[in-house]
Amino acid sequence: MESNNGTTIIVMSGEMDKVMAAFNIAIGAAAMGKETNMFFTFWGLKAIQKGNFTGRSFFGRMMGLMNRGGINRIGPSQFNFWGVGRWMFKQMMKNHHITPLEELRKMAMDLGVKLMPCQMSMEVMEIRLEDLIDGVEESCGVATMLERADRSKQTLFI
Amino acid sequence: MTEELKTVATIDLKGLVCPIPIVKVSQAIKQVKVGEVIEAFATDPGVLGDIPAWCKTSGNELVKMERVDKVFRFVVRRLV
Repeated sequence: MESNNGTTIIVMSGEMDKVMAAFNIAIGAAAMGKETNMFFTFWGLKAIQKGNFTGRSFFGRMMGLMNRGGINRIGPSQFNFWGVGRWMFKQMMKNHHITPLEELRKMAMDLGVKLMPCQMSMEVMEIRLEDLIDGVEESCGVATMLERADRSKQTLFI
Repeated sequence: MTEELKTVATIDLKGLVCPIPIVKVSQAIKQVKVGEVIEAFATDPGVLGDIPAWCKTSGNELVKMERVDKVFRFVVRRLV
């Protein structure tokens, strides 16, 4: 499906609330029949990581330890309080029957949203394709993103 | 017009919140033929704005939107 009416979302943030907004928008766009692409770069990569420790070099491993990925491990951008806020947010979401992030991600993929990891960020942070969840696209660069953005009516940077 | 439209499918969206209602509607509409009509029941007040917007963007027709107590009922006809 190639259209000129798509939606492209660049996910730079790796925080629970922002990632949630990104997936919500992507799901809505896909449900409206738009070709939807999400590019995950820098901290955003955490949302599509399996959650294992990453890195090869000393700095890379340190980063993998202190900035461990995985969609269930990320906390909100405010009121995180070393994980207490994350727990609280999850409880509140459950109480209000809000779909958890992991399910939102699966729903997006089921609706045909393409999840595209940024090669350069993966390089810098020493994250390999094997560290990412199944079903993501091949890693790509800025030209791919811009080409998709060219075919989109909406391009968002989150 | 008092004659009620014949709906071919009914979906229950009660208790579901954004963006799930439009996802379910978009999936349900694909299951029926063009010209056929589906109805849905939701409790999220967000559908009041979201369903008309979804219809407009996806090219389908919002036939009816009404409120029965705390439940919103809407009827959509598949056009594309």
